[in-house]
Formats: sequence, structure tokens, C-alpha cells
Amino acid sequence: MAEDAQQTPAARQPTDDEAFKKELVQLIPHLRAFARTLCGDPAAADDLAQDAMMKAWDARASFQMGTNMKAWTFMILRNQFYSEKRRSWRQSQLDQEAAERTLVAVDDPEAPVALDELRQGLAMLPPEQREALILVGAGGFAYEEAAEICDCAVGTVKSRVSRARRALHAILEEGAYERDGAAAGDAMRSILADAERLSTVR
Amino acid sequence: MIEPMPSQDPRKSSAALDEARLRQQAIGVRLRQMFDEVVNEQVPDEFLEILKRADERSSGDN
Repeated sequence: MAEDAQQTPAARQPTDDEAFKKELVQLIPHLRAFARTLCGDPAAADDLAQDAMMKAWDARASFQMGTNMKAWTFMILRNQFYSEKRRSWRQSQLDQEAAERTLVAVDDPEAPVALDELRQGLAMLPPEQREALILVGAGGFAYEEAAEICDCAVGTVKSRVSRARRALHAILEEGAYERDGAAAGDAMRSILADAERLSTVR
Repeated sequence: MIEPMPSQDPRKSSAALDEARLRQQAIGVRLRQMFDEVVNEQVPDEFLEILKRADERSSGDN
């Protein structure tokens, strides 16, 4: 309790800024990854991640050190993304198109086929399901943290994640995504093969 | 003469359940890999420069 009293914004010390900055810097790679899943286009994603980073920096006095900064910054990034989208419907159309293009595009010609197919499958999910699955399934957040980030109930996140998993499984299993003559089931087979390879490497 | 449905065979359905679980796990591994690929990218210098400038500005205020 006594420690808390010393950490009030009014009593903020330059050392607090140092600690905050250090932790924020460590989160940049994660903010970039989350932004990439929302924007698709890497340049737009980095702009979003930078905006979120600066918003977090500006709001540092309201952050309580020792609490979950990752969830806090992800929430800022997500709010930033959706407020920008609301600001311009036209822009959101472009964002959506860019997201679809990038989710489908293979940047690395050596990239395993299954990764491209997973991106295509993700692009087919409703945005709120995709977001929930990415936070819990890739970002490593607990359901409770994801609920805080998405500003919804824990049960809602759980059901979104479970629906997203089922839908993604079905999409990959049936090969329902756009593909160039690959047989249905190929995506799932290559994902299984890759998972096996990865688990033996580790 | 009525054959039981395959899904009513407890051994078969549990094997199918294991298979489905395995597939979900495989998708999970892939999903994390996709995210981690970006996490492991080198952070563009711009990020640190912007933060450094902001930090210097706020230090100047004090």
C-alpha cells in the first residue's frame, strides 16, 4: 500500500519513465505483429504500431507499473485501429482490401505452403473471431486478458475463439479458400506435416 | 442386420476426437509461428528514434 502511494502520477520520477520506456521497447515487436494481423499491409501496420506506441508513451502516467503492459498496449493499438477505421469509411474499405491482399500474399517465396493457406483461412473469418483467435492462439493472452483488450465479456471471447477454431479447421480441411488447383485436404496435410517437423526440432 | 453407426463405436469416436485435437494443435502451432515471424523481425530504427525524441522532449519539460 505504501509503495502504491509513492507511485501516484503526481510523484512520478524520471526513473519511472526509464522503466516504462524499457518495458515499452520490449513490446514493440509484439505490437508490430498484432498490427500486422489487423492491417495486413506491413507499412500501414507499422504506422499503426508507432501510433499506439506513442499513445502508450503519452499515457504513461496513467499506467500502473507492475500491471500487464502488454495487454494495455494491445488495447491502445486496437482502439487506435478501430477509431481510425470509424473516421473514414473509405479508408476502412482500403484497409480491408489491403488486409485481404496481404493475408493472401506470400512475401517469402520459400515460405511453406501451409502458412499461406493459414493466412487465407484467417482472412475468411469474421474480424471479431479472427482477432480473438490471434490474441489467444498466437499472442499468448489468457481469455480474461483478451476480453479486456477487446472490451467484451470473457464468455464472448471464449465462444469467438472456439467458433474461429472450428471454422478455420473446416476451411483448411475442405480447402474452401481460393486455391490454384490444390486438392482439398492438402492444406491440412501440410500443416500437420509442418507441425510434426516443428515439434521434432524443438 | 442394422449395423451400428461408426460414431457410436466408442473406440472409433475417441480416435476421431484425438485426430481432431491433433489437427487443432497443428493449426495452433502454425498460428503462433505466423505471429512469431513478425515478432522476430528486426524492429525498424524509426520506432526507437520516435520514442527517443519523445523522451527527450518530456525530459526537457521537467
